Amino acid sequence: MAKILEFEEPIKELYDKIDQLKLLSKDGKIDLDSEINKIEKRAESLKKDIFSDLTPHQIVQIARHPNRPDTTSLARLICDRFTQLYGDRLYRDDPSIVGGIGMIGSQRIMLIGHQKGHDTKENIYRNFGMPHPEGYRKALRLMKLAEKFGIPIVTFIDTPGAYPGLEAEERGQAEAIARNLREMVGIKVPIVSFVIGEGGSGGALAIGVSDCIFMMQYSVYSVISPEGCASILFRDAKKSEDASKSLKLTAPDVVKLGVADSIIEEPLGGSHNNWEGTADSMKKHLLEILKSFIKKDPDTLIEDRYTKFRRIGSFISS
Amino acid sequence: MSILDWFDKKKKKVKSTDKLNIPGNLWLNCPKCSEVSFRKDLENNMMVCMSCGHHFRISPQQRIAYTFDTDSFDEHDGDLEPTDFLDFVDTEPYVKRIQKTKKKTDKCEAIVTGTAALNGKKVNVGIMDFSYMGGSMGAVVGEKLTRLIEKSVNDKLPVIVFTMSGGARMQEGIVSLMQMAKTSAALSRLNQERVLYISVLCDPTTGGTSASFAMLGDVQIAEPGALISFAGPRVIEQTIKQKLPAGFQRAEFLLEHGMVDMVVERKKLRDMLINIVSILDYNEDSYG
Ligand SMILES: [Zn+2]
Repeated sequence: MAKILEFEEPIKELYDKIDQLKLLSKDGKIDLDSEINKIEKRAESLKKDIFSDLTPHQIVQIARHPNRPDTTSLARLICDRFTQLYGDRLYRDDPSIVGGIGMIGSQRIMLIGHQKGHDTKENIYRNFGMPHPEGYRKALRLMKLAEKFGIPIVTFIDTPGAYPGLEAEERGQAEAIARNLREMVGIKVPIVSFVIGEGGSGGALAIGVSDCIFMMQYSVYSVISPEGCASILFRDAKKSEDASKSLKLTAPDVVKLGVADSIIEEPLGGSHNNWEGTADSMKKHLLEILKSFIKKDPDTLIEDRYTKFRRIGSFISS
Repeated sequence: MSILDWFDKKKKKVKSTDKLNIPGNLWLNCPKCSEVSFRKDLENNMMVCMSCGHHFRISPQQRIAYTFDTDSFDEHDGDLEPTDFLDFVDTEPYVKRIQKTKKKTDKCEAIVTGTAALNGKKVNVGIMDFSYMGGSMGAVVGEKLTRLIEKSVNDKLPVIVFTMSGGARMQEGIVSLMQMAKTSAALSRLNQERVLYISVLCDPTTGGTSASFAMLGDVQIAEPGALISFAGPRVIEQTIKQKLPAGFQRAEFLLEHGMVDMVVERKKLRDMLINIVSILDYNEDSYG
């Protein structure tokens, strides 16, 4: 059973009704086609209404939806071939970050992303998409591999944040993230990122220093989770709804602030209701942007990437 | 106001309160061993507790005085001030917080940058200030640091940064997070130019600050007892539902786990910096 968010319930009610009517009309006694048609239309327009007017708090819920398409599923839908590569060569393989080589038509890519699960068992194995340092080190290893063979890098961002645990600290969580930030700036192949769900803080940025950052329509990107922000700044964990508003973490806000480059529209009702449609439009945007990078020589690529991050930030100077 | 004016003003302030004989200002309690010390004695001891060796958190002005050649510091970009570009409101609007903090601390931001001399050798220096909004990194901290590092990319002077920060400034949202990328990008250039970067990690260095420029030093020095972490101890305890072992995430723990090169007492820091800078300077012409 798919999880239904509170604001999706009126839509679900209509679809339940449609199902009932379809069952009734199956008996063949009464023709309910026009009735079904009418409700279907109503459901569609209700969906449009609800999804065009979501609060930041509701968008956070969609971004974290357990049925949202995950990195490996998207990789399989987008690529004609996808082969996973494992391990950081230093400590272990971190299942919270996956990566591998793939082909989309004749286009080679190195795809790296946070990996969440869809149920409790999967999520425990994936540590809820919260990487340890070895996850970031694996990501960097794969990026260097891509650089060596001239393959563009694609990253999928979807994490609540880097794992705040004892062993993660012992093995240098801060160092692993910091190193990725510094190294990604100088990688001599194009890097394209998609925030597919939750862009949580430094743990997200550690695979997000890219030439182009797409945000999925209902994804979020934030310096801290609304819950964390509420408990620290608002001194009240229950104020997370206010915090999601204050943080300006939705796709339009993040684009407006000059951090993300553009928004990819999700199928009506959100990506969690249509993985194929989501993958199709991501693929289209990816191939288009990769084509635009073909003519760029590595020096220009790196220079532009530097400038992109260099100019972020407002301040007063007298 | 230049940093030196600020320093003078601060000195005068101490004098006037001397007369008022405010005990809180004359005497200081060690947060570690509770020993009460005369402030002047502590200052003469570089704000290190005489009885237990605890390193007090100190201001950029004190660090400059303790570390670099007398009167050699020349501040850069002291005019940069934060702005509330998100219209951020928590328990109070960020714009109010900025005004209040400035009034209370007489400072414009959580970092001071400039050029100083270290035993006659010029270096570019950045010093964070925990007393300003917990040393949090927003657009100003990111910009000042980036300008400092870019200056070193051009003039090839070594960079020394003293970190002291709770992490990214939440009131500047995603823009504060991006300062991690911005400063690290500048350090990538510095790295390519083979210019020395020393990171001195002071108490505390956590979150987005530790996960960017603080951890990218060619040489990493930590002050004794400093808390250095990505996630704060409280967050970890909540996550793993366990008490953390004593000394976890402290400077000595990081040394043991290979995350810093050394833990250096404040009194010995200047000599250690002179030592490192004198050796680690790229020489194009020879292996000498
Ligand atoms: Zn003491």
